[in-house]
Amino acid sequence: MRTPSAALERLGLRTGERVGRFADEAGALALLAGRSVRALATPPWDLSAWLKQMEQVGVRSFGVAAITTIFTGMVLALQTALALPGLGVKYYIGTVVSKSTVRELVPVLVALIVGGRIGSGMTAEIGTMKVTEQIDAMRAMAADPVRKLIVPKLAATLVMLPALTLIGDALGILGGLVIAVLQLQLTATFYWNDVLSALTLEDFASGIGKSFFFAFFITVVACHNGLTARGGADGVGRATTNTVVLASILILVSDFFLTKFFSLF
Amino acid sequence: MPAADPMFEIRGLKKSFGAREILSGLDFTVERGECLVILGRSGSGKSVTLRLLIGLDPPDSGSIRFDGRELVGLTEEELLPIRRRIAMLFQSGALFDSMNVFDNLAFPLREHRVLPEGEIAARVAELLELVRLPGIETKQPADLSGGMRKRVALARALALEPESVLFDEPTTGLDPMTSASIARLIRETRERLKNTVVVVTHDLALARAVADRIAFLDDGRFRFIGSLAEADASDDSLLAAFLSGSEEDTDVAHTQRRP
Repeated sequence: MRTPSAALERLGLRTGERVGRFADEAGALALLAGRSVRALATPPWDLSAWLKQMEQVGVRSFGVAAITTIFTGMVLALQTALALPGLGVKYYIGTVVSKSTVRELVPVLVALIVGGRIGSGMTAEIGTMKVTEQIDAMRAMAADPVRKLIVPKLAATLVMLPALTLIGDALGILGGLVIAVLQLQLTATFYWNDVLSALTLEDFASGIGKSFFFAFFITVVACHNGLTARGGADGVGRATTNTVVLASILILVSDFFLTKFFSLF
Repeated sequence: MPAADPMFEIRGLKKSFGAREILSGLDFTVERGECLVILGRSGSGKSVTLRLLIGLDPPDSGSIRFDGRELVGLTEEELLPIRRRIAMLFQSGALFDSMNVFDNLAFPLREHRVLPEGEIAARVAELLELVRLPGIETKQPADLSGGMRKRVALARALALEPESVLFDEPTTGLDPMTSASIARLIRETRERLKNTVVVVTHDLALARAVADRIAFLDDGRFRFIGSLAEADASDDSLLAAFLSGSEEDTDVAHTQRRP
């Protein structure tokens, strides 16, 4: 017979198991992060593999990052002007667009969009290699998969995500300019002066600084999920979905704490 | 059998996955230059044993000594110099499908910088000649048949001239003629490199063609270790059924043994 205490005990056991699994997972992620950073910091470096990954991560993500950031700048300008029509907000549209895109929207949106694209690709690639024994073959040939596979991806993402964020900042501000001129009847010079007087170096440092952390989270989560994939195509599919979900959550949650952190300076 | 010059010395090897015990205490030795064939039914833990020998998975307990050096407890980095001396041929071949045949064979040579870049092409050609597949350097693994993939994988495993080679089901999924050619390649390699070989298989023809000794794995333990002649003369009903390929008898013997 089911007694309340037995049910509670089962609930406790299940919760305990979940907490245990979560702790295992977090520990494995931290371990992989540590090994990747150590391998990244010590030669030999396979620079041709880095360049190939930079093309994969950066150049091929440019289009999606550009569309995301231009339209974000445009919609931000439009919404701000439409939502507060009577307050003369349109004269501060440059400030509003540039501050919010550079500090917050572009780093987070670029990380989410580009992270989903490259993170899922990394997990699918490494996961497929894992389930077809290619990772084991690499280990059996005395090659370190962290050094051969993860380090080039980490290096490329650490360079390219901040670079895409910086380009995205410019495109977002440009999107705001389009609306300011075409819809709000401001002059381009007025908008630019507003942007330039509002933006500080700290705004860029905060936005770009955050994107370094996002790049690190995306790569480590994606590679960890790939390396732990099991059970054929189905397992790789699950690992890939898990990467997109976990990387997105990590980006959004860490964004809050990173914003607090960067506001200290 | 006394261990004269052991390459692998395994004592009390245990491995479980979850609640399922796969290996429940293996003890065996592989002499230097010997070919030991591990036979057993599907799922008996043969491949797991091979993975433990090269340190791809850690055992739950027990000892694995390679050329006198204990492997259990070593970190991934500490295992790297040992793995340079042991090669493994995987069941699927495990060729890197993002690389062509040339880059697959060049991978271990480049990784360990054993040859200058200019000499790699000649070495790759020589390796392909060895497995009787000359001139296929530019092909992608996906364009090769199962037998060709296995042979390319064998060539890759031999690239560093390892002292020991582990074969995981080298003939599974191949036709009898291709299987025979794999068996011949294993014999030729041993004659040339004088290396220590462990083959895991359920292919009796292969076992008879290459084995110095066979070990019969059942229920996580070795039921028999000895020469082929001793195996044929053995009065163990399960081994006899396995060697004669009699499926029903094997099942009966298995059920009778396990109450």
